[in-house]
Amino acid sequence: MRAGALHEVSAASCALVDDAAATLFIAGIAAREALATGAPVLWASCRNDLYAPGVAQAGLPAASVIHVQPRDDKALLAVIEDAVRDGTPCVVIAEVRRISMVAGRRLQLASAEADLPILLLRQRRQRERDPLEEPSAAWTRWRIASAPSLPVEAAGVGRPQWQVELARQRGGEPFSLILEGCDETGRLAVPAASADRAVAAVGTARQAAA
Amino acid sequence: MQQQIDALPRHAQPAMRELGRRSEAADHPFKRIATIVPAQRYRTGVSHQEPMAVVGKVGRREQVVAVSPAALMLGIHIGMAATHARALVSDLDLRPAEPEADAQLLDRLALLAVRRWSPIAAVAPPDGLWLDLTGCAHLHGGEGRFCQRLLRFCRRAGFTARVAIADTPGVAHALARFGPDDLTIVTSGDTVRALAPLPVAALRLEQATLIAARRFGFETVADLLPVARGPLARRLGLPAIHRLDQALGAVAEPITPHSDPAMPMVERRLLEPIGTAEAIGQVMADLLDDLVLVLQARGLGARALRLVALRVDGGEQMVAIGTSRPSRDAAHLLRLLKLRIERIDPGLGLEQFRLVAPHTEPLGAVDLGQVLAGEALMRDPARLVDVVAGRIGEEAVYRIAPVASHVPERAVRRVSPIAVPGGWPKWQRPVRLFAKPEPLWSVMALLPDQPPRRFEWRGRTHKVVAGDGPERIHGEWWRRDQEVWAVRDYFRIEDADGGRYWVFRRGDGVDNATGDLSWWIHGIFA
Repeated sequence: MRAGALHEVSAASCALVDDAAATLFIAGIAAREALATGAPVLWASCRNDLYAPGVAQAGLPAASVIHVQPRDDKALLAVIEDAVRDGTPCVVIAEVRRISMVAGRRLQLASAEADLPILLLRQRRQRERDPLEEPSAAWTRWRIASAPSLPVEAAGVGRPQWQVELARQRGGEPFSLILEGCDETGRLAVPAASADRAVAAVGTARQAAA
Repeated sequence: MQQQIDALPRHAQPAMRELGRRSEAADHPFKRIATIVPAQRYRTGVSHQEPMAVVGKVGRREQVVAVSPAALMLGIHIGMAATHARALVSDLDLRPAEPEADAQLLDRLALLAVRRWSPIAAVAPPDGLWLDLTGCAHLHGGEGRFCQRLLRFCRRAGFTARVAIADTPGVAHALARFGPDDLTIVTSGDTVRALAPLPVAALRLEQATLIAARRFGFETVADLLPVARGPLARRLGLPAIHRLDQALGAVAEPITPHSDPAMPMVERRLLEPIGTAEAIGQVMADLLDDLVLVLQARGLGARALRLVALRVDGGEQMVAIGTSRPSRDAAHLLRLLKLRIERIDPGLGLEQFRLVAPHTEPLGAVDLGQVLAGEALMRDPARLVDVVAGRIGEEAVYRIAPVASHVPERAVRRVSPIAVPGGWPKWQRPVRLFAKPEPLWSVMALLPDQPPRRFEWRGRTHKVVAGDGPERIHGEWWRRDQEVWAVRDYFRIEDADGGRYWVFRRGDGVDNATGDLSWWIHGIFA
């Protein structure tokens, strides 16, 4: 994933489970970045249902996240632009509902200038409307859904699997594949069964997700 | 009195100076001294009716160092062994002495005194304050009214106080502690008469000197006065004579006033009133450059800044910023201040600016050893925090820290964004947690410890294909009575569509007292 760019991630449906998968997908990317740089992650959201112990289990411990809770989307966009220009955090994560094309361009430019990724978690404005339908200046746009986990031998829940779809990327082809969810360092993995099958796709996915 | 003076022939009328107290400016600088003694440790919130005593270590012995009036009536007195006091009164409220906290409180009182009552005020350890009232008393409506106000203030603040005003600090000190009344005002020249009936201990003498005085039969100060100085010095030592002379005013005893350091402040007056944002920004930059020099000279960093702008029409515009760590980085402070420009209403123009640092903290050199050695360093988030907090408010920026509680919604709390919190135990936890658990309907599950097979939530039926659990979490009986027996059994379940949920059942499925077996959803796993 390109560092100095704006990336959009959205849940594939309006279900809360897909939203949770998208959240953890972002948390995993941020966790790897935080581990590599040792800088804090700024997580801006107007909601407050994020559960920090769960995020910590995706590799993003409480010590490396600074939470920001602005009143509305307008204040949120101003805050993340400030944070990007400040340059202290290694990743800026923002949960937004409404972002105009102009605001997106602004963020993309700021992000490229500071060489610092911005991850937008797009929330739905309406139930049936896909946020990725709107035009945007983002470098990549991802659509995440949770998928049934592979059955394990004992009774119990297996490692979570996600349907990861790269809906659009600049200078690249979109693709879609099923990945295993974050482990405790935030890394995704290709399921063992499909690892032999789609070698080409795996290469792209590793580059894209790593 | 005035009539008597007027009746005298003109040449026989006394000069103004000789009228004594009416010309206060002629007084000796160390004459008019007041001492307040806040009787120890009667803080607000402590009932004076309860027998209470404060226990401290004197030498190697635990003994009572202060008692409440109620305890005094029960026969507890200062100097009694703590065990003795406890044996006498079984429900005596014994608390440990905190001499450092007392000293700090007294310091704060002295600072207040300097700011409000008299420029020369000092701490008289361990329990008193000196105030030099020379030339100040009339500002407070005279000595009598001032003392009344002082007593009222102390009562409001939760202290029992004794006030004495006398010509010398020694006499004021003695009367405040050994005098008959709570409020004693000694008229000028009456020093000897006021001091004479007091015990010798009132003179601030050493313990050994007091024992010697008792051996020679000196009970009160009056006994000391007629004795010739030479023999007295041989019997009691020179320090005792010195104290006596200080009390009588023969030797000066200056008070070193408690200092009230002025806030760092810089000011700019402009030739022409300004009103544009750029011009205000320029003034801010200039003021900050000046202020940084002031702070640097004192070795301080600003935690808060206040910019006061004076408008042409006399109105004041004020903006304030705060920083999470002490800082004197002009560029950083300027950026924070500039976020506030839009809140300044210039009106017809601003002609005077004042930049004050009301809250400062020491800021010394930083050890750069690790950085120079190229070791991994955590980037300091303080600057980022200031910028964000400056835009949306301090309480909206936080970190989440663990709390030692197994109940999920109590396991987190918000802390300051520059704190470094620890971690949680490695139990599986969802990424989104509902503020309030939502009820599940039509749940099918085997008792006592199987995950549900199907459930209805938000109008949809979910068929469960796999489940982990239960993770049993007991109520925290020390918090509420309802939680004494309460149990929640948490399950992590996956439905046929791949959604993973965190649900719980109230009750352990065996004992009805633990819960009503209702099912709830509390969070979502990814």
